[in-house]
Amino acid sequence: MSYSNQKIGLASRVALGALPFAALVAAYSVGSHIRRADNPADKLLPPLDDMAATFWRMATVPDQRSGDLLLWTDTFQSLARLGAGVLISAAIALLVGVIIGYLPRGRATLAPFVAAVSLIPPITVLPILFIVFGLGETSKVALIVVGTAPVMIRSLAQAVMDIPREQFVKIATLGASTVQCVCRVVLPQIWPKLITAIRLGLVPAWIFLISAEAIASTDGLGYRIFLVRRYLAMDVILPYVAWITLLAYALDRGLQLLSRKLFRWAHLEGESL
Amino acid sequence: MSFVEVNDVAVTYDGAPILRKVNLQVAEGAFVTIVGASGCGKSTFLRLLLSQEQPSDGTIRVAGVHLPSSPTPDRGVVFQRYSVFPHLTVTENLILPLEIERAKGLGLTFGKLRRSLKAEVEEMLNSIGLAHARDRYPSQLSGGMQQRLAIAQALLKKPRVLLLDEPFGALDPGIRRDMHDLILALWTNTGMTIFMVTHDIAEAFKLGTRLIVFDKIRHDVADPSSVGATITYDLPLRRRGVVAEGLAGATISAANMLDHSLAEISQDRP
Repeated sequence: MSYSNQKIGLASRVALGALPFAALVAAYSVGSHIRRADNPADKLLPPLDDMAATFWRMATVPDQRSGDLLLWTDTFQSLARLGAGVLISAAIALLVGVIIGYLPRGRATLAPFVAAVSLIPPITVLPILFIVFGLGETSKVALIVVGTAPVMIRSLAQAVMDIPREQFVKIATLGASTVQCVCRVVLPQIWPKLITAIRLGLVPAWIFLISAEAIASTDGLGYRIFLVRRYLAMDVILPYVAWITLLAYALDRGLQLLSRKLFRWAHLEGESL
Repeated sequence: MSFVEVNDVAVTYDGAPILRKVNLQVAEGAFVTIVGASGCGKSTFLRLLLSQEQPSDGTIRVAGVHLPSSPTPDRGVVFQRYSVFPHLTVTENLILPLEIERAKGLGLTFGKLRRSLKAEVEEMLNSIGLAHARDRYPSQLSGGMQQRLAIAQALLKKPRVLLLDEPFGALDPGIRRDMHDLILALWTNTGMTIFMVTHDIAEAFKLGTRLIVFDKIRHDVADPSSVGATITYDLPLRRRGVVAEGLAGATISAANMLDHSLAEISQDRP
């Protein structure tokens, strides 16, 4: 058997998948040990148990000043901003995507504009958002929308355009109006694509969330890691990064499972990531 | 006056003629099979009959009325692929035309009405042999089952004209024979007029009451796209079931000749 068509069993697949993670942890431990052998007060690579203790403290011991459990307050605030931003983007993407993908006149009107807007580096509009909306929640959510809506619009418009023309002709021969065609062919077929678009949009959404929180905020995951950066508190930063990664992964997997559950027909053929 | 009247129809894409001077009179209840080499405009002609495209010139009338500018339920269609809706199960595909009729706004039905519609298509499910697969999605069906579903769905609106664009092109020979029996039975029972584009000459002779061939009148070697295609043969065929040896022999030799010349033509093309 050649290497390219080996069959991998479940046990070895799990083991192989865990290998890079284990290698990373091992390399970190060794590095941390070497640095602390030189200087026991080293802050750059704190030992794993220190990080675990700090993380546990932030999750369970109320903050002295505010009385909050910082990890959970930060997580809740960040997820609320992320969720609001991505949901608004999804709604915009659905509306504009269908108009561009389904209606030739809509495409002619809006496609060039969306293409142009999608090229604006979103972080450059952040000062404008701060000036217009102030430093509150609105400008952070708006940054996520500006950063994710254009790509999501384009991927949904493409999803509508990928529906075979035959299906529109067929449903017209079954007596459907334009509205009925949208409700019975276009929308049902792009729901799974909307979930894919949200999953893709979440990647930049996290970047803009953390950026906005780093620049102007008093809570949130991004705020916390940029705050403690001043004290070189790697024992907070590193677990927070891992925690953010875990949240992002869980959201992505959750959406994928949701899509499989709700739109079984879209997942019958082939494996997908 | 004929049921379907095509007068001097021409189609041009970006200055390149595809069809020119197409004239055809078809009686109601005819089974017209359409053959021709690839790219000779036979599918374009079918799209004209469907109102999916408009002729650049000329007129098409069905039952004395000019064709509307978009597809309507009086002309059903079955394509080679994508005829059924991938996000709907077999039953859901079948009740879709009924839902569209009942729920004028969004075409969505719920609860009791939806259950009664499902009961309405039960007989249809059995007659096309898909009762056991009622909750499967199209991608879980074989090619033949998908096309049976597509035909059944198209017929639910009781169209007067049925347009078939190579509907059996992707099926195995055995399945294809079954589909021939099905479509002939439906045609006999409903009396509708059928236009069917096919690549399979034998199929065209077997099913049709009339066979038309699309081809270019002359072939310009230097610039093949400069000439549009038109109807070059228009053969009335026997009604099915009437066996006349002589005619059968003539039909077969004509078929072979056609086959041969079509093969030659397609060899000439890049």
